[in-house]
Amino acid sequence: MFVKIEPRPEPSKTMRYLSPLIAAFLMLVSGVILFTFLGKNPIAAFHAFFIEPVNDLYGIGELFIKAAPLMLIGTGLSIGFRAGIWNIGAEGQLAIGALFGGYIAIIFHNSTGFFVLPLMVLAGALGGCVWASIPAFLKTVFNANETLVTLMLNYVAILLLALLVHGPLKDPDGYGFPQSILFGDSAMLPILMEGTRLHLGVLLVLAGVVIGWIFLMKSFAGYQIQVAGLAQKAASYAGFQYKKLIWTGLLAGGVTAGIAGVFEIAGPIGQLLPSVSPGYGYAAIIVAFVGRLHPGGIILSSLLMALLYLGGESGQMNLDLPSAVTGVFQGLLLFYLLATDFLIYYRLRINARHREVI
Amino acid sequence: MSEKIMSKPPRLQLKGMTKIYPSVIANDSIDMTIAPGEIHAVLGENGAGKSTLMKAIYGVVKPDNGQIVWDGEVVRIQSPAHARKLGIGMVFQHFSLFETLTVTENIALAIDDYKSMETLAARIKEVSEEYGLPLDPGRQVHSLSVGLRQRVEIIRCLLQKPTLLIMDEPTSVLTPQAVRKMFETLRRLAAEGCSILYISHKLDEIMELCHSATIIRAGRVTGIAVPAEETAGSLAKMMIGRELPVCAREKESIDGEKRLVVKNLSKVSSNQFGTELKEVSFSVRGGEILGIAGISGNGQQELLVALSGEHIVADKESIQICGEAAGNLNPDERRNRGLGFVPEERLGRGAVPGMSLTGNAILTAHRQGMVKRGLLDFGKAADFAKQCIRDFTVKCGSKDDPVNSLSGGNIQKYIVGREIQQNPKLLIVSQPTWGVDVGAANMIRQAMIDLRSNGSAVLVVSEELDELFEICDRLVVIAGGRVSPSVNVHETSKEEIGIWMSGMFPGGPAEVEPEGMEAAQNEASHVC
Repeated sequence: MFVKIEPRPEPSKTMRYLSPLIAAFLMLVSGVILFTFLGKNPIAAFHAFFIEPVNDLYGIGELFIKAAPLMLIGTGLSIGFRAGIWNIGAEGQLAIGALFGGYIAIIFHNSTGFFVLPLMVLAGALGGCVWASIPAFLKTVFNANETLVTLMLNYVAILLLALLVHGPLKDPDGYGFPQSILFGDSAMLPILMEGTRLHLGVLLVLAGVVIGWIFLMKSFAGYQIQVAGLAQKAASYAGFQYKKLIWTGLLAGGVTAGIAGVFEIAGPIGQLLPSVSPGYGYAAIIVAFVGRLHPGGIILSSLLMALLYLGGESGQMNLDLPSAVTGVFQGLLLFYLLATDFLIYYRLRINARHREVI
Repeated sequence: MSEKIMSKPPRLQLKGMTKIYPSVIANDSIDMTIAPGEIHAVLGENGAGKSTLMKAIYGVVKPDNGQIVWDGEVVRIQSPAHARKLGIGMVFQHFSLFETLTVTENIALAIDDYKSMETLAARIKEVSEEYGLPLDPGRQVHSLSVGLRQRVEIIRCLLQKPTLLIMDEPTSVLTPQAVRKMFETLRRLAAEGCSILYISHKLDEIMELCHSATIIRAGRVTGIAVPAEETAGSLAKMMIGRELPVCAREKESIDGEKRLVVKNLSKVSSNQFGTELKEVSFSVRGGEILGIAGISGNGQQELLVALSGEHIVADKESIQICGEAAGNLNPDERRNRGLGFVPEERLGRGAVPGMSLTGNAILTAHRQGMVKRGLLDFGKAADFAKQCIRDFTVKCGSKDDPVNSLSGGNIQKYIVGREIQQNPKLLIVSQPTWGVDVGAANMIRQAMIDLRSNGSAVLVVSEELDELFEICDRLVVIAGGRVSPSVNVHETSKEEIGIWMSGMFPGGPAEVEPEGMEAAQNEASHVC
């Protein structure tokens, strides 16, 4: 038998969409093998991990609550990624967004005004923008690498949030615990459905994804971003201003991450904590790529990723699995995706006729 | 001579050479025989499969089928090193030299049997002078003109005493005078018994130089000929299947207003080894085609990015478009004032690979009402694309095909069509027919002539003198970053332009900075 790898005459469209599915399948297979090695019954483990968390209404609500921030940030990041701008700082932008929004909630905690929640969202968007504008400024003025700058700013942002929650924003009546006061009702997102924690933010996120889709697929600005990502020289030939595109790409990630941060604290959490995200900002990078940088795909991939979060929790409770199992699955998914993306540009020929050249 | 050729076994014989790529059969059972001391032309259009065949002989490409017989023995050529050991040398169309190294160092990298750098330098000097291609071994490559770089490649081959020399489109970087000189060298080599495979699509050169020719079309041999006994017409027929088309050129139109004025434009190149533009001045009127001749690397790239707006120039008055100072405008703003531009790089600059033809229409034609309140009107873009495909006979499946699935000639037709369909007041085209098949080239030239006849100003930058003489009204020459005064096409000759191309024109580098121009003089010295 003779297997030959050869370049495709042109990239395969089918494989572009099939490759995330193959990657997800390979991730599941690897997961089952992993469970077996850990001495668990693979079928029971599979059930506990992927079925148990979503077999009731509450569970499905949780799925959407977890998927919402991933969906929103993934859409925002994909705008930057399509322009070839590698913003991996959504985790930090989310933290700063939560900090800004949370600060509003704390100032107005006695107010019952209708304005508090919208103001928090605006403040969160601003916070994400402020954090994302640092790498944008450094890149446009000094050509600093945005990947490194955004990554390093994550640590600064997370530690800044922790510092403030340990200090000035700490609940004075909180027995010294590092947490803010509980937000007032006016600062909380209303619950959509009895018996779940499904909140208004989830609907707003879906609207945000639609806006992202229109921006990317239908607008001239989105077109410019795609051109810049595919061929930078062509963008400069057409006179598209690359600096503007850098700002747009980074701020899109910043705005969405900042708002996602506000939805976390005004939704499931209800106060400021030293840590407000279980790595949504990083997971959203995987979500964006598994979703093929397309808002439609991102909806699906964020649901899968949310299931991995829930499965991880359920696995810890029911199977005594270590908490790292969620990260393992996320890593496997990205790993397999990168591998199967190879098949977009190459194909395998089995038993290709091999003629001797004399 | 022919008797002598017949009595020996052939130097190289190809039998049924086949190379299949996933999307195309590059070579389809090609047979060819080259005798010792024969100059054999391989004639074919761009994309006919000439280069693939040569790479197979040189061991760069592994053929899927076929046999190579070398001096009467069947061989399997494994690698370029193996080919060199057999005595095969190749001068590539695109050079492989390190710019920061000297001539000697570059050559040392490819040769393993030298004692010391000093003896190698002495040998380079000796061999280069012996063959009439003098070369200074101590010079760094970046300071050499393109013609001299080619000389380095040729000398590198000759030092290994090849018995077969493959030359891939060697004359595209030379002035007509330098071409003459190189032909002398090649004839001498052939007389010494070295066989030469000469790849070209220029019929007159082949008729002048080559003993025999194999003509290739779409990967197959379509004819074997003795060029001296053929006419350009009959060779063209074998090469493209029909007569060479000619452009229809109406009378010159009336003097229009100046659409492009370049006045004392000076600019340092952003590339370390680029060319600095020095006091460039010329102008183009509506209703005329101005050609810029010159060997590549003499400042064309720098001039074009300055004109297109991809690089902004400090003195905004030094470039005027349609009567307005434009040096500080970006490409988008210049297009809004009537500029159209076709760059020499098609995929990646003039068109976005991976995007559909419709998507590529938007790239510059978005200003034709395709954007409404920030959203794209895809219907309008599709109509534009369809019209462009129809009017410029772009061969493609549909407007939704990715642009990179088209052939080079069709991509170029589409880009030229996109720019012309916007009815620019000033069109700048760089290397309009580079790597484009004869039919498409003719269509593109005709489109530019028609645009001019309708009153637009057209500026063409090309390395192909024949093309410039065919379509232009006036010519200027660029050499060493300086631009010559303009001449009427009817009042000059290829010989004169050839001399100008080596820097010897009024106010040219040879006059203004003679010490820096020794290289050009060196090349030009063959004129006398």
